[in-house]
Amino acid sequence: MDKAIEPNRVMPLEVLDLSYDAGGKTLLNKLDFRLEDGVRTVILGPNGAGKSLLLRVCHGLLQPGSGSVSWAGRTPSQAGRELAMVFQRTVLLRRTVADNIAHTLAIMGVPREQRSSRIDTALKEAGLSELEDHPARTLSGGEQQRLSIARARVLRPRVLLLDEPTSNLDPGATAAVEGMIRAADADGTRIIMTTHDILQARRLADEVLFLHRGGLLEHTSASEFFAEPKTDEARRFLRGELLE
Amino acid sequence: MKKFLFVFVALAGALLGNFCAATEEQPFLVLASTTSTENSGLFDYILPEFTRDSGIQVRVVAVGTGQAIRLASSGDADVLLVHHRPSEDAFVAQGLGVRRYPVMHNDFVLVGPAADPASVIGQADMLQALQAIARSESLFASRGDDSGTHKKELSLWAEAGVDPVVDSGAWYRETGSGMGATLNTAVAMGAYALSDRATWASFGNKGELKIVLEGDPRLFNPYGVILVNPERFPHVRASLGQAFIDWLVSTRGQALIAAYAIDGAPVFFPDAMVDH
Amino acid sequence: MSEVFSAVATAVELVVRLDPDLVEIVALSLKVSLSAVLIAALVGLPLGAAVALVKFPGRRGAVILLNAAMGLPPVVVGLVVYLLLSRAGPLGELGILFTPAAMVIAQSILITPIIAALTRQTISDLHEEYDEYLCSLGAGHLQRITTLLWDGRFRLLTGLLAGFGRASAEVGAVIIVGGNINHVTRVMTTTIALETSKGNLNLALALGIVLIILAASVNAAAVLIGDAASKRYG
Repeated sequence: MDKAIEPNRVMPLEVLDLSYDAGGKTLLNKLDFRLEDGVRTVILGPNGAGKSLLLRVCHGLLQPGSGSVSWAGRTPSQAGRELAMVFQRTVLLRRTVADNIAHTLAIMGVPREQRSSRIDTALKEAGLSELEDHPARTLSGGEQQRLSIARARVLRPRVLLLDEPTSNLDPGATAAVEGMIRAADADGTRIIMTTHDILQARRLADEVLFLHRGGLLEHTSASEFFAEPKTDEARRFLRGELLE
Repeated sequence: MKKFLFVFVALAGALLGNFCAATEEQPFLVLASTTSTENSGLFDYILPEFTRDSGIQVRVVAVGTGQAIRLASSGDADVLLVHHRPSEDAFVAQGLGVRRYPVMHNDFVLVGPAADPASVIGQADMLQALQAIARSESLFASRGDDSGTHKKELSLWAEAGVDPVVDSGAWYRETGSGMGATLNTAVAMGAYALSDRATWASFGNKGELKIVLEGDPRLFNPYGVILVNPERFPHVRASLGQAFIDWLVSTRGQALIAAYAIDGAPVFFPDAMVDH
Repeated sequence: MSEVFSAVATAVELVVRLDPDLVEIVALSLKVSLSAVLIAALVGLPLGAAVALVKFPGRRGAVILLNAAMGLPPVVVGLVVYLLLSRAGPLGELGILFTPAAMVIAQSILITPIIAALTRQTISDLHEEYDEYLCSLGAGHLQRITTLLWDGRFRLLTGLLAGFGRASAEVGAVIIVGGNINHVTRVMTTTIALETSKGNLNLALALGIVLIILAASVNAAAVLIGDAASKRYG
């Protein structure tokens, strides 16, 4: 895979002593890790492990309870548009496919006359050019998720954070979405995603963060994680025995 | 979005501007009067003639006499035309009105079900009729709204030595509404009711009801017209109001009042010439 | 029953003949109520959106108040507006009592809470759904509000139509502040009240039928727009 290497202002991501409490429960417990550029990271773990929460804190949608998150020394809000987020439950506006992308461009302050070429490119990437005038919310689940990814990438963020991007999709749609993720990676976009799907993690991960009950149990290369998990929880998870 | 908002505001402006233009084109005065004069159709008959003669539009707010006097007392009308002499005199005495002019009269009638449970038909004395109704506890629909007719009815009860209000809700039913609504209620319940002749004559839903007593001199019903005092309320359209009053009591106005008839029978009788 | 049939016949006749008095009255009704909707929208849309989006102390109270105000009794509104506009009242100088403008004011007050409450509900639901997406883009306040108002436009339109329906159907407020003056402030509902009091039940019912048809058309439009929108945009 050909990864564009250029001076990067966002990576590495450094997470130091990160905790997050809500409702008297510790949802993230003293996480410490550092993600380098040039790989695809999958945050893996059973339901309720804190994967989505961790992704949101890294993006800056949520503030850490304690500890810190920094992207090459910058806070998430300073990193701003270099980080784009794709949600598990797609949030599409009640507009046409093309207008959904146009809306993002408008909010990002892209001048009107530059929008249409960007929209065309984004729709081509998502394989949705034929559907540009369709109302976005009438698309199939897979098409909606592809549109979400294309919309998130329309201004070419350096990092794409994806939260369970295929959790509700059938195998065919999942393959199409994974294709878009690979394409983004091939363009040099840093992929950080969560999943509870072990097979998907095997297909996409270069490195794995294994989360369980708010704690980071393993942070290692994918090959190592799947060959020899170090913790008992990870072994049980890979055998399909650890559900929560 | 902006375009949307612009169209919106423009439309609102246009609509509101429309009102102002429409309301300012002709001189007008506001006349507070009673439902009996409005519902009888008298105003529809004479006011266009006045407008033709003078170029002045008359805007009639038709409510009960009590409410009409309250409207005029707040300065919300220019001229008052009602039918309750004591209230009218008090209005002038308090300096709220300039002077009372007698305009016309008609009379009240007692209407009731043809079956006549209180055996009123054939009697000539209103007081005895009321006593008979009370004695037989026949249903009676009262305006109960402080109108001229209501005040008149209460004074008749008092004269007859009956206090019907203690039986309110039993045979004595206070509707708290206008003449027409009260007549509708009386028709539906088969009740007796006191009505001015004009409203009764033009009423379209008489059902089983008919006049059971008329002609008692106590049932005399005079109407007076009063200009609201411009010294008290400087905005009162005094010259327009006085022009209307002068026209109403003039030979022409009085002739028109006398000429107004329902089913061939006159309903109002001019007073201005006699009473002066 | 026969009364209803003859009332229907009268209604049809009035409409087919385009009775000039009927046309005048319907036109004034529409003019007054549409103006009231416009004014109520100018106040209610931003107000509803603000209550939905801006966090302030007492917001729950404001929401409850707004919802309760949807049921303001027209007679009370009419009375309050009357007292304000009366020559003896604080706004008596304007001299607009017993004019269509006074009726517009009363109806605006009556329906602003309806429009504001429905706007708040719409915007608040949409906001819950769009919040993370808009946050992730770093959208500003104005961008958020325009996005939400635009995406909620069909439901907001339904709210406006609901307001129009209520305004055009109420009689208690306009009869007090308008005075039901022939050719000046006489609208459909006050005419119905007047004809009823004259005992012309047939004509009153016929006018009522015309009013119901008008209200039904407005509501049908609301339903159709809502359906079409949800089919088209989800």
